[in-house]
Amino acid sequence: MTGGGPGWTGDTASAAAERVIAAVLADLRAPSARGVVVDSPPGAGKSTLVVRAARELAAGGTQVMIVAQTNEQVDDLVHRLADADPSLPIGRLSAADYQPTPRVAQHANVTVDTAVSHLRGSAIIVGTAAKWTHVADGVWPWAIVDEAYQMRSDLLLRIANRFERALFVGDPGQLDPFSTVETTRWLGLTWDPMQSAVAVLLRHNPDIPVHRLPVSWRLPASAAEPVSKAFYPFAPFESGTAEGERRLTFQTAAIGASAVDRAIETAAETGWTLYELPPRHTLRTDAEAVAACAALAERLLQRGPLAFSPDRLPSGEQVTPDRIAIGTAHRDQAAAIRQALGATAQQITVDTANRLQGREYDVTIVLHPLSGRRDATAFHLESGRLCVLTSRHRHACIVVARAGIQELLDAHPSTEPVHLNVPVKFPDGWEANQAILTHLTPYKVRAS
Amino acid sequence: MTTLTSLARARAYELGRAVRITTRRHVHVGNRPLVFVPLAMAGEANAPLACLVGDTPAAPRLLVVPQPRNRDLRFAFVAQLAESVLTYVDSFTTSMDLVKDAAVFTDAPQLVVANPAAVEFTRLLGRSTRFRRPDGPYPVAPTVPLLGRWLTWFADAADRPGSSLVLPLTTVLSDHWATGQSALEDANLAALMGWIDPWDNLTGQQAAEQAEDPTRWPPAGPATDPEFDNRVLAELIRAYDVAPDDDARAQAVTALEDALRSQMEPTWRLMWRAIELLRAIEPASSVEHRWLRDRREFTAQVEYWRDGGAPQPKVDHAVRAAQRLARLEQELEEYTVERAFDDELAMAEYRLSGDAFRGRVVSVDATRVDTSGKRRRPRPHIVVATRDPVRLEPGTIVRSPTRPNQDCRVVAVAPLAARDGPDIFVPTAVTLELTSGMGRAATPAPGSVPEVGDELCYSALIKTVRPAPQFPSREETPWTHGGPPAPYVSDESAVEDAGEDWS
Repeated sequence: MTGGGPGWTGDTASAAAERVIAAVLADLRAPSARGVVVDSPPGAGKSTLVVRAARELAAGGTQVMIVAQTNEQVDDLVHRLADADPSLPIGRLSAADYQPTPRVAQHANVTVDTAVSHLRGSAIIVGTAAKWTHVADGVWPWAIVDEAYQMRSDLLLRIANRFERALFVGDPGQLDPFSTVETTRWLGLTWDPMQSAVAVLLRHNPDIPVHRLPVSWRLPASAAEPVSKAFYPFAPFESGTAEGERRLTFQTAAIGASAVDRAIETAAETGWTLYELPPRHTLRTDAEAVAACAALAERLLQRGPLAFSPDRLPSGEQVTPDRIAIGTAHRDQAAAIRQALGATAQQITVDTANRLQGREYDVTIVLHPLSGRRDATAFHLESGRLCVLTSRHRHACIVVARAGIQELLDAHPSTEPVHLNVPVKFPDGWEANQAILTHLTPYKVRAS
Repeated sequence: MTTLTSLARARAYELGRAVRITTRRHVHVGNRPLVFVPLAMAGEANAPLACLVGDTPAAPRLLVVPQPRNRDLRFAFVAQLAESVLTYVDSFTTSMDLVKDAAVFTDAPQLVVANPAAVEFTRLLGRSTRFRRPDGPYPVAPTVPLLGRWLTWFADAADRPGSSLVLPLTTVLSDHWATGQSALEDANLAALMGWIDPWDNLTGQQAAEQAEDPTRWPPAGPATDPEFDNRVLAELIRAYDVAPDDDARAQAVTALEDALRSQMEPTWRLMWRAIELLRAIEPASSVEHRWLRDRREFTAQVEYWRDGGAPQPKVDHAVRAAQRLARLEQELEEYTVERAFDDELAMAEYRLSGDAFRGRVVSVDATRVDTSGKRRRPRPHIVVATRDPVRLEPGTIVRSPTRPNQDCRVVAVAPLAARDGPDIFVPTAVTLELTSGMGRAATPAPGSVPEVGDELCYSALIKTVRPAPQFPSREETPWTHGGPPAPYVSDESAVEDAGEDWS
């Protein structure tokens, strides 16, 4: 999952990150407000921070409540906590039909139960927000809310009476929580239930300190700058690795030079490729774009990619199918690509931006949300979507798109109405799309 | 716009006439709906200018505000409107049925308006009247705040997916027909009706073009035609303002009434025609139970106010907002599933996107048993051959509209032939495992397993019955959401409301 620990580059990056973490922990020890918020750009060591903060709070002797958004996130946190301190009793609050994953079951210090009353002996209890809503009594002195920007404020409302103080950790650049219902009824209210938990929290508690983790350990040097500029214009971060420290090479050479090979090689050399298909308006499941995504993934595997990174084996590590992801905007696109993948590539993760949040891969292939579209809706322009898709990789990202997105963007300037008393959100999706497209243009490879 | 509606729009364009995109009607159309055509004065937020209101096509009641900037005249208009609306609403509170041991009014009021903008007008008119008081500063008729409550109630109901208490016609019609014009053009009731039901032997396109001429087809409101405002309305209002005596004033009012009636009558007729067209469509089977929910809602509201309940608050506090959102989401999910299960054309959308498929059962293993657990459980397998582009993952639970009580798990999806070119419709075999709906015995009950040759549709759309989510009480609103809201003090806010800025 999230990249390893700091310490392999110049001390400046890790020292800067350490300073922020120390400030967060100091706030937890001597809280000036009821909460602390930590903004974390992609791969900035958010989980590491959660583990450290949880252990620090648990060391004080009182039970700590940890809230994550999905079962996978909960399992991941439980595994990390149990790994970090095998003597620490950890409770995993779960639904009745939950089957402990091997990651969780392997730890002797983890107890899985459906009721908090059976987890009294645990120093830390981890559960999904949805599960915590079923806990009717008890007040914990401290809670840690992970991925708090993915959580809708109405969910926070349902669990907030369970804790006195809380540390909220999350990535503000990712997808905002959404609702299937479209209504403007609560726009402008400070407790708008469709806003993220952090947005509502900060509007009611403006004195809460907000810290920012300054270093992305995941993104390579080639990606940190464009992603930071496009999606975090006012909270810049840098890469934990320097230019050239991450390398991607192939064990086999290509005979001839097909467009697919050129796309893969460009990505290996520069970290980015824009694989451009001829312009055309298409259905959502554009057969050619689907085939292109599958072909790129399969060819990548055939070439035997080796990833080099200072924190990994010096001889390089094979990029296996589970280290590759294909990201889309819609579920049907993901399903179509999954069906198009050959037998060798079945282990590749193909999923939507929503489901890829918080995950990490060596190489990602992205079907651009605006590819082949006639219009640019707010959904397809959302900056969080593109941010998630273009910030999952440690080495390279290949964006597959129909030509004409530039014209599409120009024809659809942002026209979202401005509402009274609604804080302006940066960056604007239209602008972020333009920024990424401009960045990708030099790395364009035209499909033959 | 989905693939299927895009196709329907192209066909409508070719045919020169709107095309049905559902096989059933998904809204309830009452026997006696209240049709309401409000007009607002340009230049001031939600200032009522005139309306036609009534529950019979032949007898619309015309109400006008001769000088919309005059607050007294405005509230005289509102009081007259209150008379019509409250009489109408009250007429539904006379007879009750027993449904599952609870008394529910036999029928409920239904408000029909031309478009979503009219719903917004209704909401704002409700907001500006429900806190008024018959005493104190700026008193109004006692019926005015009552009207405000009901208008607010209607507007709130309009947000709820699947509710038929309010029918904004352009939305309802567009849900049932696709035209050969854009969605933006469909928002014009006359143009939309031109495609659905063209007049004078015109094609849909010709009728819609005519409908764009505001002198022939005045806008359905609440906004009026600016030309009419400048050339006709401004003159007539001025005549009213400068009228030297009661006679002249009465004359001016009559002239205004005639002019405004001519602006609203075409819409009035179109709306009743639209209601007629909707009535002619066979209702979907879930419409009745959704209408029962609307009737329950109405009953509960009448009882709440009879027992002295307060008007709806100005804004939802944190807990109420979250509760309401949870309910809207639940209702939307239910409505989406019901719509698809009731209507083959609605289901076709999901078949095209791969979330559903239809095909013939080609083999059945009815005696298959799962022995992995403590108890031997019947788990028959069936294989359905389909040409739909199935995109269901193994493990997905699917259900059939014709077998709604039986869950099946997708075991495998395998193509029956090689993919040939770009055609997405390749024959596919879907293996399903039946997991419920077979009775309690060790072998499946007779008829509970599909047979070879059955034509079945399966989709991943499933109505999940969840317990109502738990929220803290209003007094326990947590610190993250600003703590408990200040209690509502009726007297204080009434003074504040009366003194609101009425520019």
